Amino acid sequence: MKYRDEYRTPEAARAYADAIARITTRPWTLMEVCGGQTNAIMRFGIDQLLPQEISLIHGPGCPVCVTPIDYIDKALEIAGTPGVILCTFGDMLRVPGTHSDLAAARARGADVRVVYSPIEALAVARQHPGHDVVFFAVGFETTAPANAMAVYQAEREGLENFSVLVSQVLVPPAIRNLLERPGNRIQGFLAAGHVCAITGYEEYEPIARRHRVPIVVTGFEPLDILEGVYLCVRQLERGESSVENQYSRAVRRPGNKPAQQVMQAVFEVVPRQWRGMGEIPESGLGLSPAYRAFDAETRFGAVTGQDEGRGECSSGAVLRGEIRPDQCPAFGTRCTPEHPLGVTMVSEEGACAAYYRYRRQSGGPSHE
Amino acid sequence: MNEGSGDHCPLANDDQEVVKMAHGGGGRAMAQLLDSLFRPAFDNPWLERQHDGAVLDMAGAIAFTTDSYVVRPLFFPGSDIGAMAVHGTVNDIAMCGAEPQYLSAGFILEEGLPLAILRRVVGSMAAAARETGVRIVTGDLKVVERGKADGLYINTAGVGRVVAPHPIEPGQVKPGDRLLLSGDIGRHGIAVMAAREKLDLESAIESDCASIAPPVLALLNEGIAIRCLRDLTRGGLASALVEVAETAGLAAQIREADIPVREDVSAVCELLGLDPLHVANEGRFMAVVAPEDVDRAIDILRRHSVSEATVDIGLFLEGNAGLVTAQSLIGGSRVVDRLSGEQLPRIC
Amino acid sequence: MCLAVPGRVISIDGDDPLTRQGRVDFGGVVKSVNLAYVPEVQPDDYVLVHVGFAITVVDPREAERVFEYLEILEQ
Repeated sequence: MKYRDEYRTPEAARAYADAIARITTRPWTLMEVCGGQTNAIMRFGIDQLLPQEISLIHGPGCPVCVTPIDYIDKALEIAGTPGVILCTFGDMLRVPGTHSDLAAARARGADVRVVYSPIEALAVARQHPGHDVVFFAVGFETTAPANAMAVYQAEREGLENFSVLVSQVLVPPAIRNLLERPGNRIQGFLAAGHVCAITGYEEYEPIARRHRVPIVVTGFEPLDILEGVYLCVRQLERGESSVENQYSRAVRRPGNKPAQQVMQAVFEVVPRQWRGMGEIPESGLGLSPAYRAFDAETRFGAVTGQDEGRGECSSGAVLRGEIRPDQCPAFGTRCTPEHPLGVTMVSEEGACAAYYRYRRQSGGPSHE
Repeated sequence: MNEGSGDHCPLANDDQEVVKMAHGGGGRAMAQLLDSLFRPAFDNPWLERQHDGAVLDMAGAIAFTTDSYVVRPLFFPGSDIGAMAVHGTVNDIAMCGAEPQYLSAGFILEEGLPLAILRRVVGSMAAAARETGVRIVTGDLKVVERGKADGLYINTAGVGRVVAPHPIEPGQVKPGDRLLLSGDIGRHGIAVMAAREKLDLESAIESDCASIAPPVLALLNEGIAIRCLRDLTRGGLASALVEVAETAGLAAQIREADIPVREDVSAVCELLGLDPLHVANEGRFMAVVAPEDVDRAIDILRRHSVSEATVDIGLFLEGNAGLVTAQSLIGGSRVVDRLSGEQLPRIC
Repeated sequence: MCLAVPGRVISIDGDDPLTRQGRVDFGGVVKSVNLAYVPEVQPDDYVLVHVGFAITVVDPREAERVFEYLEILEQ
């Protein structure tokens, strides 16, 4: 595929890795914010090509992982209501709520449908006028315009049996939150390229200035990530801290204006609880007053947004980049993708799942 | 299409006809369905005897396997549930180092299934059986109420004469043995997924559903020391490989760059966030052979169209049981794991 | 965090900017994609697609930069 395969060649990867090694004179700790990048780093073994001085820590950029357990419980409650069809991205199906997950609810008879796009959920609502169709709208800024468009079209059509359970989150407030934590070790960020394709990166400039951290907007292919690391290390070595755009083939500084307009019409900025990070002000999106009629929380009751930590799971510390997944005592033994203690082991993008899938040093679990 | 025989029979005009509960009742309707639809299609002396079972004359070691087929949609690009039910079972027998000979076919039909569809599926099974040289010698038929099955389910069991001079199983694999893959992967799973309307994909991807018995029998006839064979159905190459390594008590290493995946298959995997190593195949297998046999084995396999693109993708070695590592496209390495849970389209 | 896949726009239909659809080719597989957020898009352009929406048009000139930069680094 064009714009994919050419960014996966071993020669170019090696050349970038050599270039990084040439300019690195001391240890640096970088965070890739986005779970998609974590997954690529693990899947391609990108970190193994880097000099030992460079540590990559994995950020909270997985919308599935940071969705508070209350939202999962609310989705389960809605799915269990007679006459409801709950539509969700596949990612949310196995995320554990307090007592169950959507896959188990489906097995017990709830009408839970996996959709590829929120527009599909709209189609389900048109086809089933006698049912309440609820779409579980999770995501970062990349997904928000698509979710907003579904609500916008539902309003235009007067589709009264459609509503959305919104757990949308925003990246820059989370980056600020991480930088303001005592003991923060992050010296540079790789920012999520697809988020910035929508938002642009003007909002990151004050963060880089104020906290004196380089931020490099980075793509998802191996060469993108390696170049992102190179640019970030080069700034650190020179004592600079600005925003650079590695992913210029897809990201422009002002971002995608038409997408921002629909997002701003349908959503407003609200405080949000992040799993593992607590409440972060102005870090989420909720439906704006004009579209509140389409809010599932209006129809089915509000979500408190509390997030009880689950006993043995250290996913909070993992999401904050304080420990590596394999430093958790339960990793790979009491906590596996089949029996996850926490959400970072469930999501395809969760750092724990990526470590388990691509990095553990023993075979599969023994059959006992 | 073979039209129904016997104009006195209520099935003559079967393009309008559907399966009714009576067809599974053991009475006249069932007899007519067997006479008009199944027996002529499968056409062999064992079925003609119309007995409760088939008496087979077999000597020596026998390979015996069974499998059930529950695919939606029933017809998909490149194949259908009928051909799959024959090839799948034939392939499992071949994986035991045996020559497939006889199959049974059990049908669970849903009330309301158009007989025209049943006829098509049965015709496809018959054609696949003829092509692979197996006989469908005994069977069963049940009808369940409307809504209780996706049109129809098929179970097939099969037996075959073992021709391998020694056991072919994971326990035979030794460190240093090489891993051959019979061609590109992921086509079947993606063809079936793309055929489901919801994804709205226009693709030319066809299932790889086929019999892999001929190349396997050729390897055995030429005296290749096959240690282990595995067809790469549900769970794909990754799951089969981890399973074999685990049972063998060995580690394995593969090179991702050497594993063929068609561009369109790879593109659908990207779109849905799937790993081609986890996607199902119906006409692909891996063969583990001793290092001294590799070149000859590849030559023999490439003479057969179903395995003409056979490649050497890696080897088994001493190490943690079941630990499979892949060298990535850019030279890093990663662990290859079994498929966990079901394959779902994902956004991240 | 968000899967987005590059594909080539084959054709564009619909006048309503909100529901404008395009047929997009991903390595030989064609899928209908919502183009509401890329009003500037032309046939033969490449777009990045996330959950059925094109989120940006790929800039072919900028796409070369990774490799040009690499050449400079290697000198």
